[in-house]
Amino acid sequence: MSLFKYSAPMNFYPLAGRLIPLFWIAALLLIAFGLYWGFFETPYVLSDQKQYYHILFVHVAASWMGMWLYGMMVFWGLVGLIFNTRLSFMMAKATAVTGALMQLIALVSGAVWGKVSWGTWWEWDPRLTLSLILMFLYIGYIALQSAIDDPRRADKASAVLALLGSAVLPVIYYSVNCPNPNECASLHQESSFKGVEFNILLAMLVTALGFWAYSFATILMRVRNIILEREINTQWVAQLSKN
Amino acid sequence: MLNTFFMILQRDVKLALRRRSEIFTVLFFFIIVVSLFPLGIGFDEKMLQGIAPGVAWIAALLASMLALERLFEADYADGTLEQMLLAPQPLSVLVFAKITAHWLLTGLPLVLVAPVVGLLYHLEAETVGVMMFMLLLGTPILSMIGAIGAALTLGLRGGGVLISLLILPLYLPVLVYGSGAVYESALQSGNIEPHTLLLSAFLLLSLIFAPWATAAALKISLE
Repeated sequence: MSLFKYSAPMNFYPLAGRLIPLFWIAALLLIAFGLYWGFFETPYVLSDQKQYYHILFVHVAASWMGMWLYGMMVFWGLVGLIFNTRLSFMMAKATAVTGALMQLIALVSGAVWGKVSWGTWWEWDPRLTLSLILMFLYIGYIALQSAIDDPRRADKASAVLALLGSAVLPVIYYSVNCPNPNECASLHQESSFKGVEFNILLAMLVTALGFWAYSFATILMRVRNIILEREINTQWVAQLSKN
Repeated sequence: MLNTFFMILQRDVKLALRRRSEIFTVLFFFIIVVSLFPLGIGFDEKMLQGIAPGVAWIAALLASMLALERLFEADYADGTLEQMLLAPQPLSVLVFAKITAHWLLTGLPLVLVAPVVGLLYHLEAETVGVMMFMLLLGTPILSMIGAIGAALTLGLRGGGVLISLLILPLYLPVLVYGSGAVYESALQSGNIEPHTLLLSAFLLLSLIFAPWATAAALKISLE
């Protein structure tokens, strides 16, 4: 059996159907464990931050997923452009919405955290600005995808757009991180795992894994819908509705 | 290949000069946007000098964005674009010629009109010079990145608004370095060399990749 068997929507559809419950169970268990551990088994204060730092477990997991899913979207778009496989484009399309959602959660939870920690909902700090830009890139992708009626063109055009975004993103990153090349500074603390208590680290990683499983579950559900929508005129979908 | 490049360049410029009003529309849009800001914010001289770099650049971004829709639209409507796709010359060269013509007709006028911004915002002559130089470096980038967006949204309903959604976030480095340099020179303390070098690097990067990406996008849109 070749791995490429599942690059055909017809074969991937039932596989996705079998994987979805597994990812859902994993997501629920991991998130429940991670959040429990994060809220009850970790110290009340983290350096100068009081109890409110516990939002970290949601915030970090969501913003990791926001970035990771953009990478995945670019990856599937690239695979689709190179091998001209329909399923890769469908995966890219399905990923975009979940990615945008994760990015939104990261932004909102970050704003709440910023309000209690820094005393402001928003600060034009490099990291905050970058996550806003990434949100804009997601929105642009979804807008282009839904503006084009022909699915083939929509897929390829939005894949090119995602690639373009990922190519310019490093330049944006640099320009935002260091708007004045003569001097650089930022407010958002550097992310570092050094000196972080094991319990916090454990809760954070487990929650992130849970978010990852959740993302996969929803992406697979969405991709199944897209497959049905696009393959509506094929024999096997007709067979499916008969059973 | 060079002949084809100049032929298309000449053709596009000639066509645009026959309909001069389109060039002036973009130019006056720029001037109007720039002169709206003091009316909305206030006439304090110090503050105007402070916001001038950002305002001028954002107006330039919006003006060049407005013009983008027309980049391929006419050729798409009368079928010329499809003929270009079939031409033996590489599409990226033809597209590069069109982008160059587009910049000559929309980007370059913005550079030349920049002194007006200087007058409206009480800027020093030196700062105006820096602004013109940075616009000269930056506007070609706007045309090139914008061309990719124009190619992707070719012939779509509401294409104009869609382009801005796709392309404006990608214009960000141009805005940051372009207005950063002008701001530095307005303070008369800053060194603008880093800004200039980084913007030039971005210009070179887009010179290499943008015509090629635009050609790929056009092929997708016309498939």
